[in-house]
Amino acid sequence: MRNWTHEVVRMTGIHKSFGSVHALKGVKLQVHAGEVHALVGENGAGKSTLIKTLMGVHQKDQGEIYIEGKEVTVQDPIHAGQLGLGCVYQDVTIARHLTVGENFFLGKLPMRKGLVDWDTVYQKTKETLDSLHIQVNPREVVKYLSVAQQEMVVIAKTVHQDCKVVVFDEPTALLANEEVEELFRIIDTLKKKGIAVIYISHRLEEIFQICDTITVFKDGAWVNTVDTDETDEDRLIAMMVGRTIEDMYSIEHYEPGDEVLNVKGLSRNGVFENIDLNLRKSEVLGMFGLVGSGRTEIMRAIFGADSYDEGIIELFGQEVKIKSPQDAIALGIGFLPEDRKEQGLSLSTSVKENINLAAYDRIINKGIINLRKEAAVAERYVKDLLIKTPSINQKVKNLSGGNQQKVVIGKWLNRDSRIFIFDEPTVGIDVGAKREIFRLFEKILAAGNSIVLISSYLPEVMGISDRLIVIHEGKKMDTLTRDQFEEEKVLRLASGIKDSVEE
Amino acid sequence: MMETAMKKEQKKIGLLDKINIFRKRHSESTLGAILIVFIIFLSLASDRFLTLRNISNLLRSTSIVGVAAVGMTFVIISAGIDLSIGAVLGLSGVIAALLMTSGVPIFLSVIGAVICGTVVGIIQGWVIYKGNVPPFIATLAGMMIIRGGVMLITGANMVSGLPKSFRSFATAEFLGLPAVFFIWMVVLGLGAFIAKYTKFGRNIYAIGSNEEAARLSGINIKKNIVAVYGFCAFTASIAGILFLIRLGNGLPSAGTGYEMDAVAAAVVGGASLMGAEGSILGTFLGAIIIAMIRNGGNLLGINSFILNIIVGSLIVGAVLVDQKSKKQGK
Repeated sequence: MRNWTHEVVRMTGIHKSFGSVHALKGVKLQVHAGEVHALVGENGAGKSTLIKTLMGVHQKDQGEIYIEGKEVTVQDPIHAGQLGLGCVYQDVTIARHLTVGENFFLGKLPMRKGLVDWDTVYQKTKETLDSLHIQVNPREVVKYLSVAQQEMVVIAKTVHQDCKVVVFDEPTALLANEEVEELFRIIDTLKKKGIAVIYISHRLEEIFQICDTITVFKDGAWVNTVDTDETDEDRLIAMMVGRTIEDMYSIEHYEPGDEVLNVKGLSRNGVFENIDLNLRKSEVLGMFGLVGSGRTEIMRAIFGADSYDEGIIELFGQEVKIKSPQDAIALGIGFLPEDRKEQGLSLSTSVKENINLAAYDRIINKGIINLRKEAAVAERYVKDLLIKTPSINQKVKNLSGGNQQKVVIGKWLNRDSRIFIFDEPTVGIDVGAKREIFRLFEKILAAGNSIVLISSYLPEVMGISDRLIVIHEGKKMDTLTRDQFEEEKVLRLASGIKDSVEE
Repeated sequence: MMETAMKKEQKKIGLLDKINIFRKRHSESTLGAILIVFIIFLSLASDRFLTLRNISNLLRSTSIVGVAAVGMTFVIISAGIDLSIGAVLGLSGVIAALLMTSGVPIFLSVIGAVICGTVVGIIQGWVIYKGNVPPFIATLAGMMIIRGGVMLITGANMVSGLPKSFRSFATAEFLGLPAVFFIWMVVLGLGAFIAKYTKFGRNIYAIGSNEEAARLSGINIKKNIVAVYGFCAFTASIAGILFLIRLGNGLPSAGTGYEMDAVAAAVVGGASLMGAEGSILGTFLGAIIIAMIRNGGNLLGINSFILNIIVGSLIVGAVLVDQKSKKQGK
């Protein structure tokens, strides 16, 4: 281990539970002035939870946090700011209609004689930007800046609040390559100023480029902390994955039948290109890729939710044109979106209405809804899918995540969908509900229907899928069959590394 | 152990459900109670309140806004707003009057005016969907354009000389109550029916709750958005005919400010401008309560400015109570 002189943050024995989920199991982290410290692990490993605990968004259940040797209790994000902790979140949080300077001084504009002292605002903003070598005009309105520039402004704003520690949560997810270089230059400047940097990223090559130290988490537990010089990508991936794959991610597999979906050369400019894929009867096709790889966008295009520029889609042996979700639904495709609250459900309406939403045509006679049938349909799915709700008239927003997800599945079963696209179906739901959702997968497959499963959780996508497509930056890297499933291999493909070792 | 946990959960849901049913029925039942309290209070305070004549007057004057508020409720449920209904009301009245005075049969004149008003609404709905213009802006502009057009057609003059048989409808009564009240009831019934029994009604709630989820469920957003503004203009046009009946002359400025009264009725009746909340029954009760405050206040000789303050407070109060009960529900 390298010798760092000045410890800025030390977290020890941190525990945090959300209900029955034990998200952090006594983890530790130590970061020093001038150190760039990477935090890696799969989705759900507890990285974000730890950061939110540090930033006062969550309160720890147990454990200690020390800032420059003094034990502190971080009450809320404002308090974190006062302690010199800053965090640049993945989704850029900035007031787009205000100038850069106004954003810097938001909520604390300097006043002179009762008026805003604009000279000071822009002067000080310029000084901060200059000190980080960021070339942005402080008087510019933020919305006219590029995404990268906006991110630079957010970083500068965070630093401007006398920061001792800056956390970056997936900062490069939205940036182009040259913009990433710009970001690294700024991180280097921060390092030289003696600020401690915590860097969360899925992109291992970036971590090896800029980080001094790496801490690995898995399933809410601390695995190891190593110097970057003393490890390599393979060893890191092995640490992230661990040895055991839980047996909960398994379903009964069925003999695949005829081809039901065949996509050739599907492209959307700048998002994904030349995607070929096919899906057979009673088959689960997995889609794996990192956030922003285009895996969701590909399936959204097939569902007609977004447009595509080129390509052919064949359903059940016939070429089809899908221009809207309406077309896709009529052809037998159902889509369970990643964000069930924003895209999957009408939260303020009832279970009954959500289940019937895509299939009102079937219970309408001469323009009038048959209320008896509407209720009967809903009752049937509540019973079949074990949806825990006091009644079919319950508003969906009052259900738990797992039950909400079952309502969405019920909607598509009710529409007699034959191809089910599931985008991250188990995110944010508890273990028991996950199992129940996988049982529903078996029902769907047993009935001769097919599933596309998009997931960024490897044990899930490998345990459930019959075949697996790996996407990297909008391109299909490979299609793997079950006997080729291997966590390291999939992760390498998803990071854009074609296997060269074995060749 | 698993079983007890399940039971526990079931029990928890049972309680949640009760709260929820109470909340769902909350606004209507509360409004009903408020209404009864008002009626008792006013009939004790003024011996002129509970007379057939006063009640007739009250219903006659409320019917017009009440009819227009039905369409407005649908628009609000869809998470939109229609500020143009006052102007559409004026347009429909003036067109019907112009047609009648130029010799077109009464029935056809009314149909023509309602179609004309509805088409205007459809155009606005199209602009809102296709042009992605916020409903507030599109219908604000619509209000100015339509009212300007009405003034232009009429030269800002009243259109008079309507057929006697048409004007006689103003005093027509049925079962001792004004006939316009029954028209209101028919429109209310139509609205409640559409909300409950048609796909359009369900779609509007779904769109108001979450437009993207509705789209991904295969709902044709364009058709429904255009239809909801068309329907809103349709009820506003009917209100315009009722106004014409009441006044006996085509007034170019008819319906000025009615859009706000309609919004007020819907909001007091439990509708949320965020969408997906609201009911026709609630809007009916909201309209009646507001009318009763004004009517009762007049009978008791309360200054009309003070009445405005009371009605304004009622609107804010209704929303505050609603928000609070929602928070507690969570």
